[in-house]
Order: sequence, then C-alpha cells, then structure tokens
Amino acid sequence: MAKMMIPLGPQHPALEEPESFSLLLDGERIAAATVALGYNHRGMEKACESRTYIQDIYLLERICGICSHSHSSSYVQAVEAIAGIEIPKRAAYLRTLIGELERVHSHLLWLGIAGHEIGFQTLFMFVWRDRELVMDLLERLTGNRVNYGMNTIGGVRRDIDSTQTEEVLKALDILEARTSYYIKVCTEEQSIIGRLAGVGKLPREDALRLGAVGPVLRASGVRRDMRKDDPYDAYSELDFNVITDDHADVLGRTVVRVFEIMESYKICRQVVRNMPDGPIAVKVPAKIPTGEAFSRYEAPRGEDIHYVRSNGTDRPERVKVRAPTLANLASITNMIEGGYLADVPIVIAAIDPCFSCTDRMIRVQDSRSGREDRYDWAGLRQYSIDWYKKRGVDLSQTKAAWKD
Amino acid sequence: MLFDKAIHWARLKSPWIIHFNSGACNACDIEILAALTPKYDVERFGIQLKGSPRHADVLVCSGPVTMQQRERLITIYEQMAEPKFVIAVGTCACSAGVFNGCYCVEGGVDTAIPVNAYVPGCPVKPEAVIDGVVKLLKSIE
Repeated sequence: MAKMMIPLGPQHPALEEPESFSLLLDGERIAAATVALGYNHRGMEKACESRTYIQDIYLLERICGICSHSHSSSYVQAVEAIAGIEIPKRAAYLRTLIGELERVHSHLLWLGIAGHEIGFQTLFMFVWRDRELVMDLLERLTGNRVNYGMNTIGGVRRDIDSTQTEEVLKALDILEARTSYYIKVCTEEQSIIGRLAGVGKLPREDALRLGAVGPVLRASGVRRDMRKDDPYDAYSELDFNVITDDHADVLGRTVVRVFEIMESYKICRQVVRNMPDGPIAVKVPAKIPTGEAFSRYEAPRGEDIHYVRSNGTDRPERVKVRAPTLANLASITNMIEGGYLADVPIVIAAIDPCFSCTDRMIRVQDSRSGREDRYDWAGLRQYSIDWYKKRGVDLSQTKAAWKD
Repeated sequence: MLFDKAIHWARLKSPWIIHFNSGACNACDIEILAALTPKYDVERFGIQLKGSPRHADVLVCSGPVTMQQRERLITIYEQMAEPKFVIAVGTCACSAGVFNGCYCVEGGVDTAIPVNAYVPGCPVKPEAVIDGVVKLLKSIE
C-alpha cells in the first residue's frame, strides 16, 4: 500500500490551538510525523525589552492563559534574584496558593479535554462543571478568572482575609470528593483503561534522552519536580509527594495528573492553615541593577524557565522563555510514530500542549565558533543539493517544489 | 416566502459557531469553551460548536492576528457559507491589546476580515461571550 501524507492543523477540530502536523501514513499506522510551529508567535520576548519590569509582568502573564501565574512567577523570581530581594513569607505563601489552584484548574481542564478527545463527553462536561468551582475561587481571591495579576516584583498585590480562607477550605472539600471520583474513573473504568493503555508509549530512557518535563516525564517513572528539586516560594516548608507512574503511556499521564490534583489540595490546605502574618510585598525601585538570573518554576505542564538580563535601567535587556511544551514537543513525534492515526489527537493532548507558550524564536549558535546554524530557504536548498552531490546524486536541476 | 422565514427563524434559534484561535494566549479560548459547558451551557440557546467552517454560521475569533495566522484566518472565513458573522472575542481580537506593537502581530481581527460584534475583556468572561452572541442575534433580527 502506498504511503500517504496527511496534514493535521493548523485549524482542526481535534486541536484546541493552531499547530500543524504532517503525518506520513502507512495504512492506519503513522510512519513518520513532523511538527510545524510558529502560528502563535507574537514576538513577546522582544516586546519585553521595550516595556518596564512592571509592565512585563502583565505581558508575560499573557504568554499563556492557562499557566499565566507560572509565567509571571517565574519572571518575577528572576527579577527578584537580580535585585537581591527577599519576598515576605506571606507573599510566598500566597503565590503558592494561587500556583496550586492554577494547577488544579489546569489539570481538571486537561482531564476534560482528554475526555473530549477520546469521545467521553460525559467526563468532559462533569470535569468542566467542577472546574468552575476553582475558577470562582480564583476570581474571589484575585479578581479575575484567568490572568490573575497577582504577582508583582517584591511580593503579591492582594491579600486574603478570613472569609476567603473559609471559602477556599469549603470549595476544597467539594473538589476533593469530586476528584476522588475521577481517580476512580481513571483507574478502574474499563473503557478509559482500554482506550488509553499502551497508547503513546514513551519509555523512561526515551523520556530522559528527549528531555521531557512535567507529568509526561513523571509518567515515565522519573521523579523530577522543581517544587522538590529546586524549591521556590513556600514549597520547602510544605509536605507533599511527587507523583510518578510506570505506565509510560497516556494512561500513566492521566493517572499522574489526577493524583497530582489531590496533592495540590493537600498543599492548599497546608498553605491556608499555616499562612504567616505580615506584609505581602516589599518596595522595589523601578531600576533594577545590572545582572542576569535564571529561574525555574514547576508549571502545571512541567518545568518553566525564564532568563532575565538587566542593564541598570527600568527595562530588561533580554528576557528568554522556555515553556514546558517546547521541551515535551521533542518526544511527541516519538510517541506518535508507530501508533494509529485515531490515537494522534489524544497522544498530542496527553502532553497537555500549550502552543501559545511554545512559539518562541530560537537561534542556534555554536558556543565555540560563534557560527549560527540557521538557514534561510535558499541556503537550506543549496545545502541539500551539496549533500546529495557528495553522494553522487545531482539534484541541482530539479525544480523547487516551493517558491523561494 | 414561508421558506425564507423558516430559514431565518432557524438561523436565529440555532446559530452554529466555529472557534478560531488567530494567535491568542488560550485564556479566551478556554473561556469560550467554558461557555459551552454545564455552568453556562450556551447549547440551551441552540448554539453548537462545530469543527468545520462549512458547517458554521458564526466565526468566533480570539487573539490578535499574527503574521502566520492571517492567511489562514482569511481562508477559514472564505470557506464559510453566506450569510456569515464574525465575533471578535477578547481585547486582543478587538485591538491587539497588550500585543499591540509586537513585530509579529498585525492587529485586531478586523485588520484581516470584517467583524460584526466585539466582546472586549482580558480574558472575556463566559457571560460576556453569551452576551455578545445574544446581541449579535438581536442585530440579525
């Protein structure tokens, strides 16, 4: 049977965001897959350089609307490290609380989407109904359902009072009961296990070699979580477990995420109970001294990295973002290849991709020679012609399939 | 005549939508999706999310228009059957919002295709999405 190339995306019912995959099909099986990105590239890193540190918080928060707190936290951590600021303990606890509520909302959102991708619409509707409880909670605490605007350099912008604490605890009770039901569904329901087990395999060695992060890595049996490995905010004082699983497939990723939600409830309870008194922010001058810093944050999708370089003015000289999805994308072709076409949407969804996070500009530069390994279209074509010429094939007269 | 009336009635009672992310940060997208789920449940007004532009009456567009997405947005719009309506959801879709001035951003959705209704907000609340759709339907009436 002849092989066939089919495109998936950038607009496709199974994709929530614009990204494009080219799948080479051999019957129903995927022989090869390539990913094309950049539909959501907006040029935010460059825009950061023309705005002040404070404005950048709100800009970077809008890298992604799902892990918005992660991006802004990671950025302010880097700026605080340059300026040598220690944030008040209460601010660290509040950041942790919002961060964990965000993880709950993100994982519930993912579980719903996963249900939708495998045709389990009931699960989708159930989960999204319960997710509204977290959204209401976040709205009560921060003033907005998404893009909370909670962080500022030197602390947080809003305090919580005792009535809000009560509300958090009350909502957590309901959510915990609902989540234990979903855990039962994901670990015992035969239709889910039958649909997800063995799909999108990523063995431990491959996960490490391809640099996977977050729940994808943990589902391949690797214990790696920035909250434990490189604690920030209040995590060093909190008691929680890093969830891992040995399934190394989509089922494993589902199990890791649902159990992680439970750990997040545990963290939220501890944070609310042990919330120290005191100020919520320290004053920080608008101009940040010269320096550079690198910060890591365990976003719901994995390790989020921000790098900031300052030059003594009120604007950063360079901001670099490495979102977790970019790290996980390298493994996605590995997971798809050899699998069935019908499994592609759920395998893609299982890394919990966030392409608005991912679409950054990358320049590859050799650190020793300083040479840039970057080709434009004509250069790439010339390179391939030369490559084949060395092997005795002359393609220089072939018409280019695409316009230059 | 009666046939036209019936079609008009059906259009108002069951507008099918297609959602397109033209470079958004996901926040508006999940809020649009949230509007379809049990708490807000726009399906009770006959509004259904469709996968193909050829099945849809209303294009719900979120996010600023990036250079890569511009052509695709126009293609999707052209594939929709007449009469078609466009709702720009979110401040970015209305005016590019915080992304105004970024080198890869062209501007709001109206820089690429005609827009019938604007729903500002960063991100919009599901209530605002519903309000926007209802107002659009009123204007069609």
